[in-house]
Amino acid sequence: MSAKSDDTMMLTTPFHSRVKEACGLNCWGNWMGYTTPNAYEDVELEYFAVRSTTGVFDLTPMNKYRVSGPDAEAYLNRLVTRDVSKIRVGRVGYTVWCDDAGQVMDDGTIFHLAENDYRICAYARAIDWFNWAALGFDVSIEDETAEVAALAVQGPTSCATLLAMGLEGLDQLKPFGLTEFEFEGETLMVSRTGFTGDLGYELWIAPHKAEALWDRLFEAGRPFIIRPFGTDALEMARIEAGFLQAGVDFMPAEEAVRNGRSRSPFELGLGWLVDLDKPVFNGRRALLREQAEGSRYRFAILDVDGNKPAQHSFILKGGKQVGTVTSAAWCPTAKTNVAFAQIEMPHGAVGEELVAEIYYQRELHWTRVLAPCKVIESPVFNPGRRRATPPAGF
Amino acid sequence: MTDNYDAVMVGAGHNGLICATYLAKAGKKVLVLEANATPGGCAATREFAPGYSVSSCAQWLNQLHPAISRDLALEQHGLQWAAQNLPSISLDEQGKHLSLLGNKVEGANVSAEDRAAFVAFHAKTEKYARLLVKAFEARAPKLVESNLTDRLTLIKLGLGLKMMGRDDMSDLMRIILINMYDVMEESFDSAQLKGLLSLDSLLGSRMGPRTPNTVFGYLYRRVGETLGNNGQALVKGGMGALGEAMAASARAAGVEIRLQSPVASIDVEADRAVGVTLAGGEQITAPLVVSNADPVTTFQHLVGFARMETGMARRVSHIRCKSGTAKLHLALSGLPQFTGLDDAQHGARLLVAPDMNYIERAYNAVKYDEYSSAPALDISIPTLHDATLAPAGGHVLSAIVQFAPYAPEGGWEAHRETFMQLVIERIAAFAPGIREQIISSQLLTPADLESDYRMSGGHWHHGELSLDQIMMMRPFPGATQYGTAFDGLYLCGAGAHPGGGVMGLAGRNAAREIIKRGAAA
Repeated sequence: MSAKSDDTMMLTTPFHSRVKEACGLNCWGNWMGYTTPNAYEDVELEYFAVRSTTGVFDLTPMNKYRVSGPDAEAYLNRLVTRDVSKIRVGRVGYTVWCDDAGQVMDDGTIFHLAENDYRICAYARAIDWFNWAALGFDVSIEDETAEVAALAVQGPTSCATLLAMGLEGLDQLKPFGLTEFEFEGETLMVSRTGFTGDLGYELWIAPHKAEALWDRLFEAGRPFIIRPFGTDALEMARIEAGFLQAGVDFMPAEEAVRNGRSRSPFELGLGWLVDLDKPVFNGRRALLREQAEGSRYRFAILDVDGNKPAQHSFILKGGKQVGTVTSAAWCPTAKTNVAFAQIEMPHGAVGEELVAEIYYQRELHWTRVLAPCKVIESPVFNPGRRRATPPAGF
Repeated sequence: MTDNYDAVMVGAGHNGLICATYLAKAGKKVLVLEANATPGGCAATREFAPGYSVSSCAQWLNQLHPAISRDLALEQHGLQWAAQNLPSISLDEQGKHLSLLGNKVEGANVSAEDRAAFVAFHAKTEKYARLLVKAFEARAPKLVESNLTDRLTLIKLGLGLKMMGRDDMSDLMRIILINMYDVMEESFDSAQLKGLLSLDSLLGSRMGPRTPNTVFGYLYRRVGETLGNNGQALVKGGMGALGEAMAASARAAGVEIRLQSPVASIDVEADRAVGVTLAGGEQITAPLVVSNADPVTTFQHLVGFARMETGMARRVSHIRCKSGTAKLHLALSGLPQFTGLDDAQHGARLLVAPDMNYIERAYNAVKYDEYSSAPALDISIPTLHDATLAPAGGHVLSAIVQFAPYAPEGGWEAHRETFMQLVIERIAAFAPGIREQIISSQLLTPADLESDYRMSGGHWHHGELSLDQIMMMRPFPGATQYGTAFDGLYLCGAGAHPGGGVMGLAGRNAAREIIKRGAAA
């Protein structure tokens, strides 16, 4: 009897045949049950493809939910913190959603496909909560994670690559816009979105056209130095760009078991996503209270002295611990040692000088560094090309 | 539109009337809106056949809090007793009945040991019921963010628990989580006695003797006795007369009551209740809305799930409130003759619950949404004490029937007649000849009780009384101290702490909480 069972095997994405071919390192990780390359050949090369040319990332494992029906907009407005009526058809919005205690369950993007027809992309599995949230609404919620294959095409030459692939007029698409093309008889949806902070697009297509899309994309991208990238390179890029990662920078509220381990949007620096003028949405009451009484924590981006990533460091003020680091990386393009930290109030205001207690080891020898660091106002990487429409040609 | 009310009450059930009266006495101008034509909610009398009336929902009065009765001066407002201190008699097909009143149990099949054991059991459970009374007379304390009031309540409860002595305290902790069947088995020999007490532990619920929570159900029932209600009482004119007396007391206190005025919605703006809209479209605004309706009706149907946060909607949808209880009403041409009962005994509370397995089997059916083929019954013949309910010579029989499902397969209309005949058959086993006396009959299924009395699931406690739905869990965390997630919206019905039965504490406690919060409400 074979020890293998299809039920327990990691899933593969519709791009797997191509991903496997390209994954010279054969170095894989687990992303929500899908086998996913940590790196294809070389993390730095992959990172620099994203920053200098074009990088391609298979994001099919991202949880995708279709929300449609007469109450779809009303439903989403109750579910998420921002005002969904302001996300017009053909636009994408970043948002978070909270539980009744105003604690962030996840962040994600809402794609407004058509009148009362939306797709939500989420880090965590959310079908249970999304279904409960449907109480009182005439809405249908479908998990279409496996029904939609998706690639992120990111970097300065990404637009040129996609134009070369035949996506005529794509250069007119504004950031957070979405549009559709015909691709071998199927609809190819393209959104100007991504998780790298660079110029970039995400491509959404039916799984049976996934391989053809990969092939056409890499064919067209060859002159623009296209290269697939894995989750390690993405991690560097997203920290540089200041993007939070659920499960890393915050505990999704329904996964947090211990009291006090979850965070509110205010505590994650995402207060700008909260529209307290909406009459009802999950967490509103608690967030109003928090606004009046103050938050427990503050999200801070730290510029850390030296080049030792402050991963898992304690943050000190006057020798006393006031926070911890959730994500950290040396950012090659910005040439900055960046850390995301959760700082206890009232600390962590922009400009405040703190100390990162960094532990690192070389050949089993542990060393502690007390690295001065400073709270900075905004992410260290935010190039104009991210917003330019049309993007520069190549 | 003259919207100068301080508070609008949704529903004129007994708790609503009690709450409204206390609020009015505290100086608030209160409007009570009732969908039905008579006040009182489950304290109702209805004519079910020409000339024959019956307490059509609750049939016995055994839990009404005496302080509330005094505060509302119910006897001055027309409450009269048809009978008090009636014993419970467990019927036996051979006529060897068992009678129980207070701590005295009598019957041919009861041994001296059981008699003595019952005296001890009664004394012990009375201590436990007293502790419950302490808990019931205050709002349920929150455990996490408890303030001074809540801490005092907890201290009182803890102290009360301590004061019982170590043995009684540990025994309470032991039995409260188990089931009536096990407690009965370890306490008594008489199958009849065990059956009777088991039925008391689960009337109105969807539980069998072996279901956890039934010990709590029994203690809950014993609260009535602890409050001074010895045995069962019948209200002259039926329970509706109690509703009328409460309404009269409320009006005397300045409460305005509008009958046949169903509320279609409780109106909220963001997280504040601002008033109600009647089914006819009329809007009434008020800074306080108090709902006597059950929590599911209140939040799902009157406020609307779309207007609240998801976690709260989820909690409301988790409330277990499907009843397993039906009612049978018979209009009779004469007094039925129960084998082996003397005339006086016919006026007692008559039970068909011969042993625990009988009840458990009856319960088995409802687990699968079927009705019991041999149901357990709690029978009253009120006309023996109250001639106003039937024409001269005629009698009325009213029975609580355990168990009937809320929604049997194929719908109730496919089963109603069969089930009704089956219940009558059961009664005829003890009262041969009753069939010939029947002039008219009526079966109220849980679905009927739901629509007639606007109780979700037809549950007379507005939600099962089980450990996951009592105290700081009633009706659900976040709505446990009569206030809700909506400022200005309060609950005062059986769905709130301490629960249902015609006791009145939910209404009184809610009024106290509203008055205490004052402008902060």
